[in-house]
Amino acid sequence: MPPPLLELAAAVKRYGNGEGVGPLDLEVAAGEAVALIGPSGGGKSTLLRLLLGLLAPDAGEVRLGGAPLADDPAVRRRFGYVVQGGGLFPHLTAAGNAALVARHLGWDRGRIAGRLEELAGLTRFPRDGLARFPAELSGGQAQRVSLMRALFLDPEVLLLDEPLGALDPITRAELQDDLRRAFRELGKTVVLVTHDLAEAAYLARRLVVLRGGRVLQDGTLRELVEAPSDPFVSRFVRAHRALGLPGEGA
Amino acid sequence: MTAALLALALAAGPAPVRVGSKEFTESEILGALATQVLVTGGVPAEHRRALGGTRILWEALRRGDVDVYPDYTGTLAEEILGGAVAPDERALRAALRPLGVGITGSLGFEDTYALAMRRTDAERLGIRRISELVRHRGLRFGFTNEFMDRKDGWPALRARYRLPQRRVRGMAHDLAYAALAAGELDVIDVYSTDAELRRHHLTLLEDDRRAFPPYRAVYVYRLDLDPTALAALRRLEGRIGAPAMIDLNARVLLDRASPEAVAGGFLRAALGLAPEVRVEGRRERILARTREHLALVGTALAGAIAVGVPLGVLAARRRRLGRVVLGVVGLVQTIPSLALLVFMIPLVGIGAGPSIAALFLYGLLPIVRNTHAGLTGIPPELADSARAIGLPPGARLRLVELPLAAPAILAGVKTSAVIAVGTATLGALAGAGGYGQPILAGIRLASIPLILEGAIPAAALALAVEAAFDALEPVLVPRGLRRGPPAPPGGSRART
Ligand SMILES: Nc1ncnc2c1ncn2[C@@H]1O[C@H](COP(=O)(O)OP(=O)(O)OP(=O)(O)O)[C@@H](O)[C@H]1O
Ligand SMILES: [Mg+2]
Repeated sequence: MPPPLLELAAAVKRYGNGEGVGPLDLEVAAGEAVALIGPSGGGKSTLLRLLLGLLAPDAGEVRLGGAPLADDPAVRRRFGYVVQGGGLFPHLTAAGNAALVARHLGWDRGRIAGRLEELAGLTRFPRDGLARFPAELSGGQAQRVSLMRALFLDPEVLLLDEPLGALDPITRAELQDDLRRAFRELGKTVVLVTHDLAEAAYLARRLVVLRGGRVLQDGTLRELVEAPSDPFVSRFVRAHRALGLPGEGA
Repeated sequence: MTAALLALALAAGPAPVRVGSKEFTESEILGALATQVLVTGGVPAEHRRALGGTRILWEALRRGDVDVYPDYTGTLAEEILGGAVAPDERALRAALRPLGVGITGSLGFEDTYALAMRRTDAERLGIRRISELVRHRGLRFGFTNEFMDRKDGWPALRARYRLPQRRVRGMAHDLAYAALAAGELDVIDVYSTDAELRRHHLTLLEDDRRAFPPYRAVYVYRLDLDPTALAALRRLEGRIGAPAMIDLNARVLLDRASPEAVAGGFLRAALGLAPEVRVEGRRERILARTREHLALVGTALAGAIAVGVPLGVLAARRRRLGRVVLGVVGLVQTIPSLALLVFMIPLVGIGAGPSIAALFLYGLLPIVRNTHAGLTGIPPELADSARAIGLPPGARLRLVELPLAAPAILAGVKTSAVIAVGTATLGALAGAGGYGQPILAGIRLASIPLILEGAIPAAALALAVEAAFDALEPVLVPRGLRRGPPAPPGGSRART
């Protein structure tokens, strides 16, 4: 059996203020899609940053393909990352943001234009928005630019921190479809963070509930509903149902 | 062919003899006299006028920044040789030779220190000799800073006469006369050839216990001075009497003639020489000062940017080192600019060097601090994104971090530039020229128009520099950053 593509082994990360996560154990196989859910401050973003190597663990280990994760720009290009809030560079246009690394890597204009065209189609981003600066984009448009930037180099792993948070319901539903298809067809390994249980279950079979920096439960939506490992999990699941969401997506 | 080469060599010529002078009128006139007597004697020479006090000129001479400057036997004996040598020419010559320095014979007059009072006061109090000051401890003394500090000045005087006065203020020579005339001071130090002695009704107090050594005027020169040049210089030996010198001083100070013109007139009348005196018009002067000023500011600023931005980057990258760097450049900023300038003189000599060095050091802080602040102020999600997308550190800096910090960096550069324009006026104290030169000369000559000739262009240049930076901002700051930093793009909205 091949080693899991992404792996946290008893990883601990403490910020200066004593807050943080861990010890965390998590394995994500190649081609698998995992949704991180849980309360605010539960450690979702921190976990993604550990997986990507933006943070080094204080204890334990982070592995990529069985080997310790290296702090290396080339390794990071195997990941597509959408930071919470989008993180678009305000001094670059939408196109400039999306194609920044490709340009640094020396892609020619035609290739970049082609890829932009392709991704704008995929994310349903208006073509005339490509020349605009982030400040001139709507919140939803900006998020789609963040996605385009993450997808630009066609990375094998996608780490998405609330990538669809600011989209209107219709675009969001459409983009959920597109993402799900992309994940499956292209065989991407995906770890995404969402506050929407329905979206989590739609995009990923496997849901990981994080709270207080620890994994409370790791399973399918059905397992979370039928066999909650913790009273908090059932409260968390019920809170979504109380909103009348069709939680049985997967 | 050889003739052509010879002509070329002659055209390139030997380096001109550099004549220095101290920053008071008499010294400037003596500097101008030396320069013109050299030039009429066929020796190319230039006058680096009003460079500073004795120390600065002496160091400049030793370093070879100047070849000749006028000084006084007493000053050389006390100030330069530490009082170990008698202030007569032969003893001085012997003592200076090992230092590679020579002196001409006396020029014909003595400019000794003297104490002066308003004649009315002196008569009312019955004071004619310095020793009589002991009985009037309430008198207010105002001395030049040089007189206060030098061994043969106030300290020697106080010791010799056991003077009890405690109210002693240091001030510029030319201000002291004004303060004395205005009744704000009672006793000042003067030179026995000061032009003001005629204008104000002053009494010189007799140095009845011979506290002051004789101060005969001589030219001090480097022993490697060309013999032709020395011969030309020596034509002035014994030719300038005390009345002549007071008259020359008065023509500059009271009649507002330039030292060059006055020197030229003297050489014509006394030596029958016909020096060509080029007197710059006001426009020409302002243009020349502007060029000098811009060169000072531009060079210093370019250096400050070239060093300050990388230092700021370093400070932002390495937290602990950063604190040290910011602390040190901040410390430099607390040194008074005048003191910084003086520190620089022994390190880089006189002329534009020390001013550029001082302006450079001053310019660092705003640039380093703003670069540091601009980089550390980048929102964490942007810093994270730049790393996450796999840009190596250098590209991250170039493509993301520096553009994001550009508005802050530019603001720092602008602050530095404006500070430099103002501070560069001090450069004239060390012979750097610039707008400070007319200001200093104006203070020396109590000439408001001359002061304004430096002050107005300096203010205008400061405004122009600000305007230039404001105009430059849209060019240098990326469009997406201009109208105030936008909220983290999509950021706050994404959460709602
Ligand atoms: N840079 C930081 N410095 C200090 N503490 C931090 C930092 N980032 C996160 N934390 C703390 O670490 C814990 C985990 O934060 P994290 O951002 O991973 O939570 P999250 O699950 O992503 O929350 P949210 O759903 O609100 O985005 C929290 O207690 C948070 O306060
Ligand atoms: Mg988060």
